[in-house]
Amino acid sequence: MLRKLFSFNGGVKPDPNKGASTREPIARLPLPPQLIIPLHQHIGGTPRPLVKVGDRVLHGQRIGAADGNVSSAVHAPTSGTVVAIEPRLMPHASGLSSMAVVIEPDGQDQRIEREPFDWHAATPGEVRDYLRDAGVVGLGGAVFPSHLKLSPGKAGGTDTLVLNGAECEPFITCDDMLMRSEAEDILRGALVMQKMLAAKQVLVGVEDNKPEAAAALKAAAAALGHASLDVVVVPTRYPAGGAKQLIRVLTGIEVPHGSRSTDFGVQCFNVATALAVWNALEHGEPLTRRIVTVAGNVDRPRNFDVAIGTPIGFVFEHAGLKQDTDKLIMGGPMMGIPLPGVEAPVVKATNCLLASSPALFPPPEPELPCIRCGECARACPADLQPFELYWHSRARNFGRAQEYHLFDCIECGCCAYVCPSHIPLVDYYRYAKSEIWARERDKDAADSARERFEFRNWRAEREKEEKAAKLAARSAAKPAAKPAATDKSPAEGEAAATPAEDPKKALIEAAMARAKAQKEAVAAKNTDTLTPAQQAQVEAAEARRKLAADIVATGSGETTSETATADKPTE
Amino acid sequence: MYNSPYLRQNTSVRRVMTTVLVAMLPAIAVQSWLFGAALLVQIALASATALACEALMLALRGRPVAPALTDMSALVTAWLIAVCLPPLLPWWTTVLGTAFALIIGKHLYGGLGQNPFNPAMLAYALLIVSFPALMSQWPGLNVGDFATQMDWVFGGARALDGVTGATPMDALRTGLMTGSDTAAVMRSTAFGHVAGAGWEWVALAWGAGGLLLLALRIITWHVPVAFLAVMSLVSGIASLIDAAHYAGPALHLLAGGTMMGAFFIATDPVSGATTPRGKLIFAAGIALIAWLIRAFGAYPDGIAFAVLLMNICVPLIDMKTQPPVFGHKNGGAP
Repeated sequence: MLRKLFSFNGGVKPDPNKGASTREPIARLPLPPQLIIPLHQHIGGTPRPLVKVGDRVLHGQRIGAADGNVSSAVHAPTSGTVVAIEPRLMPHASGLSSMAVVIEPDGQDQRIEREPFDWHAATPGEVRDYLRDAGVVGLGGAVFPSHLKLSPGKAGGTDTLVLNGAECEPFITCDDMLMRSEAEDILRGALVMQKMLAAKQVLVGVEDNKPEAAAALKAAAAALGHASLDVVVVPTRYPAGGAKQLIRVLTGIEVPHGSRSTDFGVQCFNVATALAVWNALEHGEPLTRRIVTVAGNVDRPRNFDVAIGTPIGFVFEHAGLKQDTDKLIMGGPMMGIPLPGVEAPVVKATNCLLASSPALFPPPEPELPCIRCGECARACPADLQPFELYWHSRARNFGRAQEYHLFDCIECGCCAYVCPSHIPLVDYYRYAKSEIWARERDKDAADSARERFEFRNWRAEREKEEKAAKLAARSAAKPAAKPAATDKSPAEGEAAATPAEDPKKALIEAAMARAKAQKEAVAAKNTDTLTPAQQAQVEAAEARRKLAADIVATGSGETTSETATADKPTE
Repeated sequence: MYNSPYLRQNTSVRRVMTTVLVAMLPAIAVQSWLFGAALLVQIALASATALACEALMLALRGRPVAPALTDMSALVTAWLIAVCLPPLLPWWTTVLGTAFALIIGKHLYGGLGQNPFNPAMLAYALLIVSFPALMSQWPGLNVGDFATQMDWVFGGARALDGVTGATPMDALRTGLMTGSDTAAVMRSTAFGHVAGAGWEWVALAWGAGGLLLLALRIITWHVPVAFLAVMSLVSGIASLIDAAHYAGPALHLLAGGTMMGAFFIATDPVSGATTPRGKLIFAAGIALIAWLIRAFGAYPDGIAFAVLLMNICVPLIDMKTQPPVFGHKNGGAP
């Protein structure tokens, strides 16, 4: 079947470099002396530890429970003893640590008894909960909890399930090798997902530089005999494996920034995620292992089946790290992150471990001024004007950067790849984005602090006035106790009651006016707003004056002028 | 420590600029062959001046000198200035124009990538306003041997009346002013086949170099296509209306600075528009203004002023022609 394919603008064609790591089949990596299993390996809440130091755990045992629905569980990849639960170095550019369960394997690999789960009979909600507790998250790199993406959505079901086997980043071949060896189970997983999403068709997108994987998938699709399942070979062009780019190529739909693909009837999963779903439901296997490509400056580049939690150094030992390695990267050379150390563990997001050498990835040449040649704009798959974003980010003109759609940038690196001035463009965008986020956080914090402060002031003042009003009411009630003035008492009682209520109202109004004035004064920083602020002050003063006049009941003009003059300097 | 991407295409500003220099070689070769080697001397003069000014300004600005000097951008400016000027110009005129372009036009605005005006066109505009007589002395075919030409350039000899001829644009202007019509002017022997003896070949060589730039993806099609299309269109319409007073597209495309302007001047990325639609507007504007100056203005050719005027409009053009970003085209529909 010939399918009409679409195209996205831009993109680049770096040397795929996928040959070296696909010569040998996937090898199962032995267990390391210690497994470091981070509790937080996905988008969403950090799981609560279910074990304590000294506990014996079994293979497949849940050691961290999902924290709410936007979270996912973590499991022990083998049997052993929990030796520590403490912050450990994470595979993240920040070099920060995060809570991890450290397990010393006992070598017996004793499995936990599987709780029976008949997923065929279960409701979709139960299946989603099961996948959450099996720790299934997106294995393409974003590690978004998969169960959250598996509802049909509001608009009466999904049209297309896109299975992402494009794997466009150079050097990475873990999906390629997985598709070659596990094509049928990948498609079985996809069919489960299709059912859960009520999708009309499943499109598996594979770049044309992976003919073996495409052939294996096509054979498996034929064997499964589902008419709605189609394996589509797409042209090799980075970043065709970006979810939005692949959706565009396969369906022609462009999902804008800020929208979900499901709004357009499309849902997208990585091929490895489909296999994880199948293994969880059919075999009761939680996600405790993944395929990791080890490539770059190593003696034996290869794909390994690695237990999650294996220290990265241990993985590199098996591939033979070369002497002149200057840097370790998690992910591919276009979007990968520099690793802070070899002690960091393999996590669910680790698709590739790349060793860099000065010869393989030479340090960038000195940055020259932008000459506005527009190469970056031609390479941008998001149709942005990267050099404009660069100008505004560099000038810390973040508002303008946002006007030029800074947050539509997917940080694919195409612009920096083609830049003749060797400008690290993506770094400028990361900087601008983090600055904007920091400012928004600061602003939110300042707003809530101001609100709290204003409310506290208002409450203190209200309590003071209430006390004063009560006192006044009591002193006014005293003459009413005299029997001679019985006919006067209702009037006096009323007079006492009215001020008691009135000042309250006036105070609330005054406080609200002040808050409003202050808010305006903060929002717009020019002298124009002084007038409303002054007015509010005058109103507040008048409210207080009225109150004072009522309480004291002198009714003289002197107090008024005094209050007014006393109020003025406070501005 | 640096971040992704770790892969970089093998490209550099130097490579881009060098490619532009190479693409200029056909036109330089043809012009030197037909009009004498004085052009090569002018190019050498301009290059030396440009590099000296670049180094001086970088040093004054406290910037590293070596990387900027070797990025070849100063040489591109120098060569473009030299090919715009009459080759028999006294040496100090070329030096003055080049120094003005580099010091005022480039570095006072902040150097490479910061200049709002095309430096080469600034130099041309300065010289034609200051020295209109010198700037109109163009040599005819095979005028004088090299030694004689050098005497004109360096010796101060200015008895050029016999050797310099009017360029086709000049001839047309003078002819029309003396009551002749376009057809009569163009029949004169100095006029060559279409657009001036010799100059039409130089123009074709510029076109060839421009096609090389297109093929190597240094420039996009937008600017040359819009430039040449609008120039053909307006001159074609005018000559259809009054052929006696307005030359047709063939002359306007092959004479003066049209070809060089379309492929080498209006395509300058720094001072030109950057968005696809913006490039079309920018180039169309230059062609229109240049034709208006040619047809109605006081100067024989108007490319330089047209480019400078459109340079002013670039920020506005770019702002108003931002292309829609991914997913914002037709609400995401295919």
